[in-house]
Amino acid sequence: MLLNGNHAAAYGVKLARPKVVPVYPITPQTPILEKISEFQARGEMEVDIMTMESEHSAMAACITASLAGVRVFTATASQGLMLMHEMLHYASGAQAPIVMCNVNRTIGSPWGFWPDQTDSLAQRDTGWIQYYCENPQESLDTVLQAFRVAEKVLLPAMVIHEAFYVSHALEVVEVPDREVADRYLPPFDPPHRLDPEIGESWGNVVNQDMFYRHRKTLGRSMDQALEAAIEADSLWQELTGRGYGVIEEYRCRDAELLIVTMGCMAGTAREAVDQLREAGVPVGLLKVKLFRPFPVDQVRRALKGVPGVVVLDRNFAPGTGGFLHQELKAALYGLEGGPAVHGCLAGVGGTNVSPTKIAALAREAMGGKPSVFPVWKG
Amino acid sequence: MAYQFAEEKVFCSGHHACPGCNAALAIRYIVNTLGKDTVAVVPPSCIAIISGPQPLSSMRIPVYQTTLEASAASAAGIKRALKARGKDHVNVVAMAGDGGTYDIGFQALSSAAERNEDIIYICLDNEGYMNTGAQKSSSTPFMAYTTSTPSGKPTVKKNIAEIMAAHRIPYTATATTGYLDDLVRKVQRAKEMKGMRFIVVLIPCLDGWGVADHEGAKISRLAVQTGIFPLYEVEDGRKYTLNHGPQGIPVEAYLRRQKRYRHLTGEQIDEIQRMVDSDWEYLRTKFDS
Repeated sequence: MLLNGNHAAAYGVKLARPKVVPVYPITPQTPILEKISEFQARGEMEVDIMTMESEHSAMAACITASLAGVRVFTATASQGLMLMHEMLHYASGAQAPIVMCNVNRTIGSPWGFWPDQTDSLAQRDTGWIQYYCENPQESLDTVLQAFRVAEKVLLPAMVIHEAFYVSHALEVVEVPDREVADRYLPPFDPPHRLDPEIGESWGNVVNQDMFYRHRKTLGRSMDQALEAAIEADSLWQELTGRGYGVIEEYRCRDAELLIVTMGCMAGTAREAVDQLREAGVPVGLLKVKLFRPFPVDQVRRALKGVPGVVVLDRNFAPGTGGFLHQELKAALYGLEGGPAVHGCLAGVGGTNVSPTKIAALAREAMGGKPSVFPVWKG
Repeated sequence: MAYQFAEEKVFCSGHHACPGCNAALAIRYIVNTLGKDTVAVVPPSCIAIISGPQPLSSMRIPVYQTTLEASAASAAGIKRALKARGKDHVNVVAMAGDGGTYDIGFQALSSAAERNEDIIYICLDNEGYMNTGAQKSSSTPFMAYTTSTPSGKPTVKKNIAEIMAAHRIPYTATATTGYLDDLVRKVQRAKEMKGMRFIVVLIPCLDGWGVADHEGAKISRLAVQTGIFPLYEVEDGRKYTLNHGPQGIPVEAYLRRQKRYRHLTGEQIDEIQRMVDSDWEYLRTKFDS
């Protein structure tokens, strides 16, 4: 089928059969909501859509519906995700395995609608699993993988793609058969739930020791999410022939420099790598798909012995720079024979970053020394 | 006066309410009337203190504690999920304070009412942020002292019952702890209905209002008898029924028993009397129709 990223994600949601979808419209997420509503209206989805008055209430209802024992989905973007922030922590604290699509869009002020990953990256410490997707097919597939992982480790998961480049761009997408999805995703049957027959409660005040234990449990679930994500991806590959890995290494053999990035920038970087390889420049691409939990060991293995990397961040954290740049440096700390790490703020606010530009940035990095902070590269 | 009610033992003794607390009294009759097939949602409030702490619970039903803004949305999420699981018979009740209802929780509440969510929302209204030490909320009455309005609140109390009735929800009611039979009947009535049901229960806060430990129920009755808080119910936002109205007692009898009003001058009391009379004249026309 010819689908944009948002509609592809909605097809993934349909295959996952959530029972409750509390949601609030926001550009550029709205086509996800609209498509799910259309599926429901046509009788193709048996789902209760709650038309909330805000993203805060949408997430509040997601959490309790999940805790009451049903599969739950929602979608948002930008300011909507910002408004949810409090409830994102609440969701992971309650270990509610909600799956949410976030369409990366600039955060105000000033107002804008452009692809920029700062909205979701600024939620990196909320206890949500985070997947960054490169294209519509990957978004569809990742929605199903996210449900499998979230429900296995009991953590909420965000499936993220960028505004317009992915959300509104049409591509050929293969929609898996219902039987494949059903075989992949077992019915949601959580061990604890809000039900008078069970009588368990959640959320009331705890003492310091209990809070400490809850945080440790949350951390353990996040640690387990890495293995679960690897398992979920290989099983998906077995069933559909499509797998992505938690990281992807593209033409990395004998590379003297790796371009490291996330989301649809990886697609552009792929072209730049091809151009450079054709010109005899030994450059590869490392795409980080799973950002939370951060695949530290996989990244270290991929970068051991590589002389240099250049990180492309379509996001910005004032005072420190690019999120992926920071994460990568932290992951590489103490690695013997680790690479020199160059950081570029490229595409912040949705500015265009072409394959030619990426190739130029790679050549520049190969010839120079990295600065501690990332540099603005348009 | 002695009451005899058929109670399901959902609410237990040994909770953390202050001695003489009227909120605990109201919670007892609310949850014991709703019974064991109920899930409760509470936001941060005295109600949360009374229902907790983990791993203990004062209620023999699941209690979910949400954030201060989200009671109505959280309750709605539970109800929708239970319905999807074929458990539509379970009552879902949100019990929130006035801060969590009139102020920060109002947006979610109004939206739940507009969607006619199948939940019972009970506001335990003690006219201020009492759990944080008595600050002003939009339910705090005109001229009442709070720690954030030390000279008395310059504006009037928001009329939440009328606002909720204006949503045309199936059931809106006012109640208070001095009329427990009326409270129990209203909870029972709400339990038997479907859709959004809202009851605001006036709760004299002994500490926050400056009332003697044994006087909560008396103050509650005076609120009704002076016409400050008439007890009534509204069906579908249209059909008004008066249960207990003013009995000609001057507001001074109510105000003078509370430390939060002790700074009032005679002129201010007269002004409050005029406001209460005017509000009652306005409200009573709705019962006639």
